[in-house]
Amino acid sequence: MDLRFRGAEPSEEERAAIDALLGPPASAWDGGARTEQDLRFAARAEAARDQLLPALHAVNDRVGWISEGALEYICRRLTIPPAEAYGVATFYALFSVQPRPKRVLHVCTDLACQAKGAESVRRRVEDHFGPAGTSWQESPCLGMCERAPAALALEAGTPPVAQVYAPATPETITTMAEAPPNSNGSTPSVKVTGETPERAAVPQTGQDGLLLLRRIGTVDPASLDDYRAAGGYTALRRAFELGPAGVIREVLESGLVGRGGAAFPTGRKWDATARQPDHPHYLVCNADESEPGTFKDRVIMEGDPYALVEAMTIAAYATGCAKGYLYIRGEYPRAVARLQHAIATARARGLLGDDILGKGLSFDIELRRGAGAYICGEETAIFNSIEGQRGEPRSKPPFPVEKGLFGKPTVVNNVETLVNVLPILERGAQAYAAAEPKLFCVSGAVERPGVYELTFGATLRELLDLSGTTGTTRAVLLGGAAGAFVTDLDIPLTFEGTRAAGATLGSGVVLVIDDGVDLKSLLLRIAEFFRDESCGQCVPCRVGTVRQEEALHRLSRRVDDDDLVLLREVGQTMRDASICGLGQTAWNAVESAIDRLGVFR
Amino acid sequence: MIPLQPPRRLIDVEIDGETVRVPEGSTILDACAVAGKDIPTLCYGDTLTPKNACRVCVVEVEGARTLAPACSRKAEKGMKVGTDTERARQSRKVVLELLASSVDLSTTPRAAEWTKEYDADPARFGDDAATVEQPAKVDNELYVRDYSKCIMCYKCVDACGDQWQNTFAIGVAGRGFDTTISTEFDAPLTDSACVYCGNCVEVCPTGALSFKSEFDMRAEGTWDESKQTETTTICSYCGVGCNLTLHVQDNKIVKVTSPHDNPVTKGNLCVKGRFGYGYV
Repeated sequence: MDLRFRGAEPSEEERAAIDALLGPPASAWDGGARTEQDLRFAARAEAARDQLLPALHAVNDRVGWISEGALEYICRRLTIPPAEAYGVATFYALFSVQPRPKRVLHVCTDLACQAKGAESVRRRVEDHFGPAGTSWQESPCLGMCERAPAALALEAGTPPVAQVYAPATPETITTMAEAPPNSNGSTPSVKVTGETPERAAVPQTGQDGLLLLRRIGTVDPASLDDYRAAGGYTALRRAFELGPAGVIREVLESGLVGRGGAAFPTGRKWDATARQPDHPHYLVCNADESEPGTFKDRVIMEGDPYALVEAMTIAAYATGCAKGYLYIRGEYPRAVARLQHAIATARARGLLGDDILGKGLSFDIELRRGAGAYICGEETAIFNSIEGQRGEPRSKPPFPVEKGLFGKPTVVNNVETLVNVLPILERGAQAYAAAEPKLFCVSGAVERPGVYELTFGATLRELLDLSGTTGTTRAVLLGGAAGAFVTDLDIPLTFEGTRAAGATLGSGVVLVIDDGVDLKSLLLRIAEFFRDESCGQCVPCRVGTVRQEEALHRLSRRVDDDDLVLLREVGQTMRDASICGLGQTAWNAVESAIDRLGVFR
Repeated sequence: MIPLQPPRRLIDVEIDGETVRVPEGSTILDACAVAGKDIPTLCYGDTLTPKNACRVCVVEVEGARTLAPACSRKAEKGMKVGTDTERARQSRKVVLELLASSVDLSTTPRAAEWTKEYDADPARFGDDAATVEQPAKVDNELYVRDYSKCIMCYKCVDACGDQWQNTFAIGVAGRGFDTTISTEFDAPLTDSACVYCGNCVEVCPTGALSFKSEFDMRAEGTWDESKQTETTTICSYCGVGCNLTLHVQDNKIVKVTSPHDNPVTKGNLCVKGRFGYGYV
C-alpha cells in the first residue's frame, strides 16, 4: 500500500497524545522524523489497524476534536490510508473532525428521559448555550434512565473529565458550562464526577435471594478482596474442576440464552466456537449497551466489575480463547474506569494473564471504548469497530463462531449473559434453571426506577408492583426502541410469553408510559433515533428510516391513510430486506403503537 | 493456458419450483442465471466481492426469517428459492422507490425498466422527501463525481481499495443517510492519492462517476449512445497487453472501458490506457 499524505502536521499536543498510546515512532517509516539512517533501509510498518479507534480516542480525549494533522499522524503511525481513517472518524458521534470547544454537553433526549421531561431541559440548555451543534448536542440514550432526565459533559484534557448530570435540573443547567469541582479522582484515565452510589440504581439492594445483583451496592466494586470474600472466583474454581467441556455442558443444560436481545442459546454458541479447528479463538464481551432504556449492563459493570472479569475468564476457558475484548460504549465513563481498575487488579493478582490460579490457563482482557454508535452493539459491527473499520454489520453467514473478529472463530456475548454463567457454575445447572434470573431496566412513570432482578415467569404486573407506577399507566414499551408497546400487564416476562404477545423481551427494557406522555413525539423520537443510528450501508434502512420519520412528521400533523399504508410498506421492507437487526426492528415500536395504542386513529 | 479449477461438486437448488444444478459455492444469483431468471442488481459487480448493500436482488429462501440477497448468499443443497414471490417483489418495489426518491437514477441502466416492472412510485414520499442532491464535483480533467446519483454501493471504494487498485484514495465517510464517498477531509481529488486509473468509473452502476468527456457531452446534449460504436483493441503503451474498448461517436473516442472477462485485467486499466488516447 502506497500511502499519500497531504502534509498536514499534528500539533505538539496531538502528537503527544498519540505517542502516549502507541509509544514514540521507531523510525521515519512509521511517522517519526527522517534521519540519515532511515534512508538506508526500507521497512514495512506492522499492521496495527485495530489501534485506530484507541488512537482517535486519544486525540479526542486530549484535544476535543480530530484535526487533519492528527489524523495524518495516526495514519502514518498505523499505516492506514487517510481516506479510510477519515471514514472511521466520521462514523462515530463522539468524534468531531471540525474544531469544537473542549467541553461538550450531551443532553439525552431519548425515550426514558423524554418521559421525564427532557424536552424542558433541552429547551433550557438551548436558551443558556445557544443552538445545538458545538458546545452541546442532543444525545441518544445515555443509559442513565433511572435518573432521567440525564446529561453528560465530556471535557477534553489531561485527564479528560466526564461529568454526569442526572437528574438534570434547572439549577444544574446553569453550571453545566463549568469544569467540575476539583476532587481526588481515583480512576486511572478518566475523571468521573457527579455520579451517585451504585445502590441508587438497584432498588432491591441487600435483598435476599438475588443472584446477579447480590453484590451491587453491598460490596466495594474497587476491592478484589471484598469480591472474593463475597463469593467471587468460586465459579472459576468450579470451572477448573469441570474442565472446558464440562463448563459448556453445564451452560447447555442450564438453558441459558443470550440476554442481548436475540436469545440465542449460549451453550450452543460456546460449543460451536470451542469445536472450530481454526485458531486463535477470540472472546468479545459486548458492553456497547445502547438500546434506549437499557442500563443493566452499566449497573453490573459499575457495581460488580470483577464478576464480569471472572465470567469472561470462564467463557474463555470453555471456548479456548487466549484473548478477550471488552467493548464498552463511550458514554459509560464510570463503567470504563471501574473495569480498567478491575482488569489491572486482576492481572496484578494473577487472575488474568499467564497461568491463571496456577491452572495453566492463559487469558487476558483488552478494554475497548466505543465512540457513540448504537450499531456497534450489533454482533458483527462490533468486530469491525474493534478492527478499526467502520462499525458496519457484516453479512451472515458466515457467523461469528466461524469467522468473527479478525476472521477467526469468535464467541460474542452480552454482559448480562456472561455474568449469568457465575450462578450456573456456583449452583449447578439444575438449580439455576429452576429459578433463572433476568434483569429488567424499569424507567419512565414509576416510583422506584432501576434494575430489577426477577425469576423468569413473573408477569409484567408483578414487576410494576415492585417498582410502583405513577399516573395512569397507558402502555409499556418492552425491549426498547427496537421493541414493542404492550398494554396487557399480565403477560409473563419470558421470551416465549412476550413473543406470544407480539412483543419481545429484547434487552429487558420496561419503559412505563403514563397518559401525560405525548405518544406522537415519543414515536418521532424513536424514528429519529433509528435515522441517526443507521450505519447507512443498506438501502432499506438508510433511506427507509428517513422516510419513516418523514411520514411520522406528516402523520402527527394530519392523519392520512396513504401515509399509514406507506409506513407499513416501508416498515415491512426494512424488516424483510435490511442487512442487520437495526433495520429489521426499526419499525417494530411504531407498528405496535399504531396497531395497539391507536396513535393515528 | 487456462488454469484448471479444482473439481467442484454439483448441488441441486430449486428456483421457483424448477431444479437447477450448480457447482458448490455458487451464489443464488448464479443459480438464477442458470434457471434463466432475470434478477435486478445494482451494487453487484461481476469483478468485485458482493457487498449486498442495495438489496434490490432480494429473494425469498424457504425457511428463512428475512429475505436473502441473491448476489452474495451461497446456494445450498436443497435450498428452495422464490425469486418472484409477493414478498420479494414488494421489497424490490419499495427499495426501488426508496432509491429513486432519494437519488437521481436518470443515468442508471435499466432503472426506468425496473421501476415500471415493479410498479414503483417514487413520488409517493412527497415533494419534500430528503434527497442526496448536490452539485457535481468537477475537480480534474479526467472524470467527474456526481454524488447526487450515488446509491452508496461501495463498488468504487472496493475497486480503488484492496480489491483492485490498492490506492485507497476514497472511502466511505459519515453515517446513515449522510454517508458519502469521500477523500480525507473531502479534499479535491487532485490532492488525494488518486492515480486516475478510472477503475472506479468502470464499476459505477449509476453514472455517478463518469468520464469528463461523457459528462460534458451530456451537459451539451450531444451524448448519444445509439450513434456510438465499440471497438476492442489492445493498449499500445506497454507490454501487458490490456484490452481497451474504445467508445467512438462521430469519429471521436468519447470513453474507454475494458472487457470485464479479460482473464488478466478484469476490466481494470491504468491512467494511460484509460485516458491517454489524445494522440489517436
